[in-house]
Amino acid sequence: MTTAIGRPLDRVDGHAKVTGAGRYSAEIALPGLAHAVLVTSRIPSGRVELIDTYDAERAEGVLAVLHHLNLPKGGSVPPLLPSLFGAAASGQTFFPMQDEVIHYAGQHLAMVVAETLDQAEHAARLVRITYQETASITTVEQGRDRAYEAEKIFAGFIPGRIARGDVAAALDRAPVTVENSYYCAANHHNPIECSATTAVWEGDRLTLYDATQGPNATLHTVAELLNVMPSHIRVVTNYVGGSFGCKAMIWDHPALAALAARAVHRPVRLALSREQMFSSVGHREEQEQRLTLGADRDGRLTAIRHHKLSPTSHFDDWAEPSLGVASQIYACPNYEGVYNLIKANTMTPTFTRCPGEASGMFVMETAMDELAEKLDLDPLELRLRNYAETEPMTGHPWSSKGLRDCYRRGAELARWSERDPRPGTRRDGNWLLGWGMASSGYPVTPPGNPQRARARIFADGSAVVQSSFSDIGTGAATAMTQVAADGLGVPLERMRIQYGDSDLPNTAAAVGSAGAGMVSAAVHIAATALRDQLIAQAVADEHSPLHGADPRQVVVSDGRMALRDRPATGETYAELLQRAFMADAEALGTWNPPGMDTPYGTMTFGAQFAQVAVDPDLGLCRVRQLIGVFDPGRVLNRKTAHSQLMGGMLWGMSHALLEGTIMGPDGRWANASLGEYLVPVNADAPDVLIETIETTDTVVNPLGVKGVGEVGMVGTAAAIANAVWHATGRRHHKLPITIESLL
Amino acid sequence: MVASQLPDAVQGPGPVDVVLNVNGATHVVRLEPRVSLLDCLRDHMNLTGAKKGCNQGACGACTVWVDKRRVVACLTLAIACEGREITTIEGMAENGTLHPMQKAFLSEDAFQCGYCTPGQIMSAVALLAEGHAGSDAEIGEWMSGNICRCAAYPNIRTAIRDVRDGVGGVGRATR
Ligand code: FES
Ligand code: FES
Repeated sequence: MTTAIGRPLDRVDGHAKVTGAGRYSAEIALPGLAHAVLVTSRIPSGRVELIDTYDAERAEGVLAVLHHLNLPKGGSVPPLLPSLFGAAASGQTFFPMQDEVIHYAGQHLAMVVAETLDQAEHAARLVRITYQETASITTVEQGRDRAYEAEKIFAGFIPGRIARGDVAAALDRAPVTVENSYYCAANHHNPIECSATTAVWEGDRLTLYDATQGPNATLHTVAELLNVMPSHIRVVTNYVGGSFGCKAMIWDHPALAALAARAVHRPVRLALSREQMFSSVGHREEQEQRLTLGADRDGRLTAIRHHKLSPTSHFDDWAEPSLGVASQIYACPNYEGVYNLIKANTMTPTFTRCPGEASGMFVMETAMDELAEKLDLDPLELRLRNYAETEPMTGHPWSSKGLRDCYRRGAELARWSERDPRPGTRRDGNWLLGWGMASSGYPVTPPGNPQRARARIFADGSAVVQSSFSDIGTGAATAMTQVAADGLGVPLERMRIQYGDSDLPNTAAAVGSAGAGMVSAAVHIAATALRDQLIAQAVADEHSPLHGADPRQVVVSDGRMALRDRPATGETYAELLQRAFMADAEALGTWNPPGMDTPYGTMTFGAQFAQVAVDPDLGLCRVRQLIGVFDPGRVLNRKTAHSQLMGGMLWGMSHALLEGTIMGPDGRWANASLGEYLVPVNADAPDVLIETIETTDTVVNPLGVKGVGEVGMVGTAAAIANAVWHATGRRHHKLPITIESLL
Repeated sequence: MVASQLPDAVQGPGPVDVVLNVNGATHVVRLEPRVSLLDCLRDHMNLTGAKKGCNQGACGACTVWVDKRRVVACLTLAIACEGREITTIEGMAENGTLHPMQKAFLSEDAFQCGYCTPGQIMSAVALLAEGHAGSDAEIGEWMSGNICRCAAYPNIRTAIRDVRDGVGGVGRATR
């Protein structure tokens, strides 16, 4: 019986967050805590010729200076595997401080451990490194002529080339084509909490307080890197101050913190600085995309050719899958998608909110707008004419799809039908006004391993559900409390969720918008298993009023089991347990996810509408309103789900207008600070109108949750760019759209 | 001292006793003069409510009040706060009862990860006292020193309006 699920419950961790009581990973107070500070490479390519630690080692308070010549070697670097698989999930197949070779600027070269943070920071500046620099490539422009077609990308899961039908022939025949090149600047996640790990050894047992999307991902990665038994490691993640993908994979700093702690025989905190966040935890790669659409005169797509070119590291073939959703969103018989890579002196790029979907759908949805313009068709009508009734790449049915309703409702909210299709026709003083729209889609991907939770009830009727997942701000802990309360049939006030600890039942990392779906599955199964176990105990207990009843006829609410058709007959869980002298009862729930090869297309869909105002003399663009309607399956908590979608849409706005990391001529990120890497501030953020259309999905997971963490960002940039065109008559193919490009 | 050979990295004089009034209580902390108010609170006084987001004055996560004015604690030297009244997020709730702004942040979901939240709340309460909450545009402008990467901004404005207007839990920024 559903009473808690869906409700806009306040966050269960909210009190700790508004009072400042919540302890994030760099805030764990421990006796004898020492501080580690990293020294990083100033050059993008070459060798450490000399590392002079004489002064640093003698500076006040310094306990150790570790580098490639004295860092104890551990195990091996695990392969790059997305943390959704629940195994070791190294962000790149490179571990620093093993030799003198420098692969990228910002590479960790040394680590100073001292009594206080100030002492460690000071001594880090005293480490003198002499470099031997070699030629480097750090941008698409520099590496264009060395590009190669990737065999596979994304940890080997996605082929470098995907083709269907005959694109060349279809384009030859197409009466209408649209072809353009697009560019997206590199992005950095920049959660406000910088990554941090506090490491504590007790004998051969290691506890890590780590800011991570997956406590188990940290556990398995560090176990392999240090060659420590996973059974001897515990990872605690009480609070995470945002992530957006940079804490999805496990980078070198948790293992380095553990090595530092082992070296100085003290607990050690290693917190990255803001500048270090730009070259320690991955990024969204700079990229160029070329898209060609072919269509018939009615606007029906006949061909899509979509090529991407982007830099990756020397060690891994990584590209965010920009072609993915863009290949699935419309029906089209002929398709060709190719990932081209350049080996560059950067880290391995990584997941960044909407990894690939945001950039790829900017391109696709801008091109669709141009196609609509060419055909003199309403952009929304063009999208409806290409509506994919089945998944276009496989022909499989969709597990659920509410996109048509999203379009309809979004258009209503945006009063789309009143829009004059001609660009540059509406003004508000000196501001040119425009409306644009785009489709959204984000895949639903199952985790790679079984997901588990444990439900436990006490003799007073209060209950706790435990699972290892971390809440990075998504509201997962709150939603899971709701799922657990409904599953067991107890009131919310009597249910507590315990999470963020690898000692609790296993879950994969909360990544790829999969967290709510997979953890709710485990929590639901555990809670209902405990409920069924207690019902079974009651009907078998001759002192129970339910003795002899058909268990299927027993329902539970408010902690009381009763007959469905005779609610007066029943008893509470507490009565049952107390009579049996049981202090508690518990059950483990395991969800075995469907394989990746289920014969369904699985995706969360949405439609986005944006109104912008452009001042053509000053080059200013202000987003006045964003409207998004999405079909996320079941919504577990309306309040937190809408916050996630809102955050995603504002990220999309940021992607469109603000964010870009610029590579300097010296091969280092030139704007590695929150002062120079622009993100929206309060005054930039318009009100956001969000609606969700709940679709029933029986395929993705037991509760039919498709996820909301990322889909909000997909299409926003295109809706804004299309609105800018509508306001000014000018197309923008480069993100971010800057003042210079608007003038 | 070895460090004195490097003109760009001179170590300050050693630790001294600093007397600080934080949230109405007096504390004596032994600090090197170079220690920021933020590191003093977080690492020396175990008050981790003020957050470190950039340590450069760019994000506002470390916002606290010095003599009731909002400052970024990462760019304030602790030793310069002697004789002043320091207020942090830990001093906002009275006897366990949340400040109305804390309540409004909760009910309007004006945060997600919560890391910027103490700074946002310290700014938001000061903003009302400063008289800078007349309109949404004004709130937006005067709250723009506090970055929220989760982008809870519309809900932050709603929470501030709620407190300004003395209402709770109404006027959602999102539906
Ligand atoms: S930490 Fe002080 S402004 Fe960012
Ligand atoms: S709530 Fe996450 S940064 Fe504001």
